[in-house]
Amino acid sequence: MTASGRKIGGTLLKVDNISLSFGGVRALNDVSFDIKAHEIRAIIGPNGAGKSSMLNVINGFYHPQQGTITFKDIARTDIGPYDAASRGIARTFQNIALFRGMSTLDNIMTGRLLKMKRNLFWQALYFGPARREEMEHRAVVERIIDFLEIQSIRKVPVGRLPYGLQKRVELGRALAMEPDLLLLDEPMAGMNVEEKEDMCRFILDVNDEFGTTIALIEHDMGVVMDISDRVVVLDYGRKIADGTPDEVRGNQAVIDAYLGVSH
Amino acid sequence: MDGIQRTNVSTPVIGNSRARARLKDCDTFPKVLIANARDFAGRPASREKDLGIWQTWTWAQVLDETKRLAAGLSALGATRGDKIAIVGDNRPRLYWTMCAAQALGCTPVPVYQDAVAAEMGFVIDNAGARFAIAEDQEQVDKLLQIKDAHPGLETIVYEDGRGMRHYTQPFLLSFEKVQEMGRDLLARDPGFFEREVAGGKGSDVAVMLYTSGTTGQPKGVVLSHANVLVTALNSIELENLTENEETLAYLPMAWVGDHIFSLGQAYVAGFCVGCPESGATVMTDLRELGPTYFFAPPRIWENILTTVMIRMEDAGWIKRWLFRKFMAHAKRIGPALLDKKPVGLVDRLLYWLGDLLIYAPLRNTLGFSRIRLAYTAGEAIGPDIFDFYRSLGVNVKQLYGMTEAAVFICIQPDGQVKPDTVGPPAPEVEVKIAESGEVLFKSPGVFLAYYKNDKATAETKTDDGWVKTGDAGFFGADGHLRIIDRAKDVGKLADGSLFAPKYLENKLKFFPHIKEAVAFGAGRDYAAAFINIDLAAVGNWAERRGIVYGGYAELAAHPEVYKLIRDCIEQVNRDLSTESTLTGSQIKRFLVLHKELDADDGELTRTRKVRRGFVESRYQSLVEALFSDARRAHVETEVVFEDGRKGRLQADLAIAEADRYPHQPLKKAS
Repeated sequence: MTASGRKIGGTLLKVDNISLSFGGVRALNDVSFDIKAHEIRAIIGPNGAGKSSMLNVINGFYHPQQGTITFKDIARTDIGPYDAASRGIARTFQNIALFRGMSTLDNIMTGRLLKMKRNLFWQALYFGPARREEMEHRAVVERIIDFLEIQSIRKVPVGRLPYGLQKRVELGRALAMEPDLLLLDEPMAGMNVEEKEDMCRFILDVNDEFGTTIALIEHDMGVVMDISDRVVVLDYGRKIADGTPDEVRGNQAVIDAYLGVSH
Repeated sequence: MDGIQRTNVSTPVIGNSRARARLKDCDTFPKVLIANARDFAGRPASREKDLGIWQTWTWAQVLDETKRLAAGLSALGATRGDKIAIVGDNRPRLYWTMCAAQALGCTPVPVYQDAVAAEMGFVIDNAGARFAIAEDQEQVDKLLQIKDAHPGLETIVYEDGRGMRHYTQPFLLSFEKVQEMGRDLLARDPGFFEREVAGGKGSDVAVMLYTSGTTGQPKGVVLSHANVLVTALNSIELENLTENEETLAYLPMAWVGDHIFSLGQAYVAGFCVGCPESGATVMTDLRELGPTYFFAPPRIWENILTTVMIRMEDAGWIKRWLFRKFMAHAKRIGPALLDKKPVGLVDRLLYWLGDLLIYAPLRNTLGFSRIRLAYTAGEAIGPDIFDFYRSLGVNVKQLYGMTEAAVFICIQPDGQVKPDTVGPPAPEVEVKIAESGEVLFKSPGVFLAYYKNDKATAETKTDDGWVKTGDAGFFGADGHLRIIDRAKDVGKLADGSLFAPKYLENKLKFFPHIKEAVAFGAGRDYAAAFINIDLAAVGNWAERRGIVYGGYAELAAHPEVYKLIRDCIEQVNRDLSTESTLTGSQIKRFLVLHKELDADDGELTRTRKVRRGFVESRYQSLVEALFSDARRAHVETEVVFEDGRKGRLQADLAIAEADRYPHQPLKKAS
């Protein structure tokens, strides 16, 4: 299912020997892998394997005790979410984190926040350059709305939308940042088959049309095997496998982790 | 004469209106387009919402786009007599394609955009289309599926390039590419378009429209330029439609109504046609555009009303009280005001107040603020629904038409609007009723033929030029035609009393809780019915009563829902008991179906009419149970999901009985 037109590039992000603990709990233990430009990279593993922690480390939510993260050739151990976002990392959340009282349009517009140059004073005046700037951002947002086919809910408060659509709006907000790396935390959790198929198509389209690199956590193995180029498998905070979907599928350690063997 | 009961000929229109004078040298639509670009150069012709902003094209721009498109199609090899299939939602570019095809002497063949690949294949094959203009990837995929089986289809042009980057087939071209080829051709030969247009004449084929096929395979109705042009001119004169109108084109382009309203009338009157952003945004677009002229089938009028009612029920008590009081007043006064009948001063003042508080804001919310003229047709409309809009001051009128007539057979004139008639014959139309009760007509819009189907043409058109509509009806003393049912569907119960299933179904469907009904009874001892509940309305009703349900099937089977439906049926039975001819067809037994009747399963036509014969054979076990003493019945059917996969669905349905009432003639109103 990989699109024929896109070329997988060099390494965009590399994590080396990442370890993260909360008190006595080791969430991540010496994990290393890389993400190449324009690929779809899946992170899978049983519950509590450290997948979301890994994502949180990448976008600066958590600060690992050890290890380095190299993004666009700049290595670091510690970064705030704001810096991560301004350097081109966007994400969606496992539990939807939208502004429920705001419309779809406004929610996606918040994704443009980092790209806005005028300060609050100018924006409040809504005059001259501030107004022109807002119109430019609105045009970007409208392209995303068109892309995700959510024109009919443009003005609907997201709190009133069904779950599957909220997920789509959240993807829209992440896209509004025009990210280089898009982190999706269980984009298909809790969806029915039709919603999942829609979401898969959008993820593939984003990757194909904008060339956005995507790292996603997903439980639905069918989805993961179908759409990702490479898969990394975590279990109890350790990396147990890394490779193409076919390689991972046949890996004994992965089978054991999912089916359960006595440790 | 042969069995004419009554002939009703309206006075022919005396042609000297502005549109007629303006277009006196135009006998084809491309010629009309050139005249429009001259007369209305800077006026809007097409609108479309793109990326959240309404884009507008003037008549001069439309001519320019159409020229390049026609030249491009010609460069691809399209020549006089070719058929060009047009597949997609309402888009300005697809409308331009129609006229571009006509300019070359080709015949545009619009195809229902929600047709599955096999249905599309039938039309492409039957029409022998060499070219297909498709809206987007979805339609292209369907065409690619059938292309191998129909090698006559040579070239596919797509309008929206999204997702098409990896399609490398040489016969696939983008709309822009075709227009580019056209620009090159026009640069070499600037007079190309005008020369091609001059070669067309009024008797040429203008369009082929496939009927939705209530029975059997669709038939291609061939209409000439004269058919469409004259009918469109007559109707805009009758309704005084001018270049200032604004409409929203949202019904399938393959349907004759859309062809006449959004192309025929729009061209001759020179008015502007807007296209919605997507199928799901129609209501929002309607409000933003504020059309002055609007068409909707009864189903849509009903949906809008249901939405209003549901939202009102959720409003605060002051608003609810105001709404109830003023709507009751509007119901009494509104229609009379609209018909310009005398109304007392106090009532007028109250209506004015109501307009300020309720009617005008409501019209505004619905997008009906500027509406001058609205039509409903295709099916009977519930009197409550009809009255609701008219009492709000929306001039909804009924019309009666069909593809074979280029729409117009009857139109209700202003001031003579009634919910239960379809009006007197339209200008230049003659109507008569055959002995069998079937309605026949003659008009300038009478179609040329069914394409490649002489047998069907001969069956429908009589030697002396009358066309059989297949509908049973009669003229009242007021000169208005009333349609009862399809002529072949009117049957008799075992005791010989009249049974008109459609009539019963319509009465049932007028209840907001009932979405669809199918009545049975021909040759039986009593009448019985299948009911489809309306999920939105019944779901809301259930929520209000704290009834828990997991899905459609569970809600449909709920005993409380059965009680609700029984009340509806008993009310219909009470109504029927007042009509001497139909008192025998009161419904005795009924069941609520576990799934919605669906066009994908073949139970409805693409225009969402019930295919009675098909439903009867598909649910044979249920029909038999209705006419036995069984309390429950089992059914298993195959269903087609939206992505084309098939599955099996089984259910155990309860059968309930409704009370029937003795015949009670209505007392004459004093």
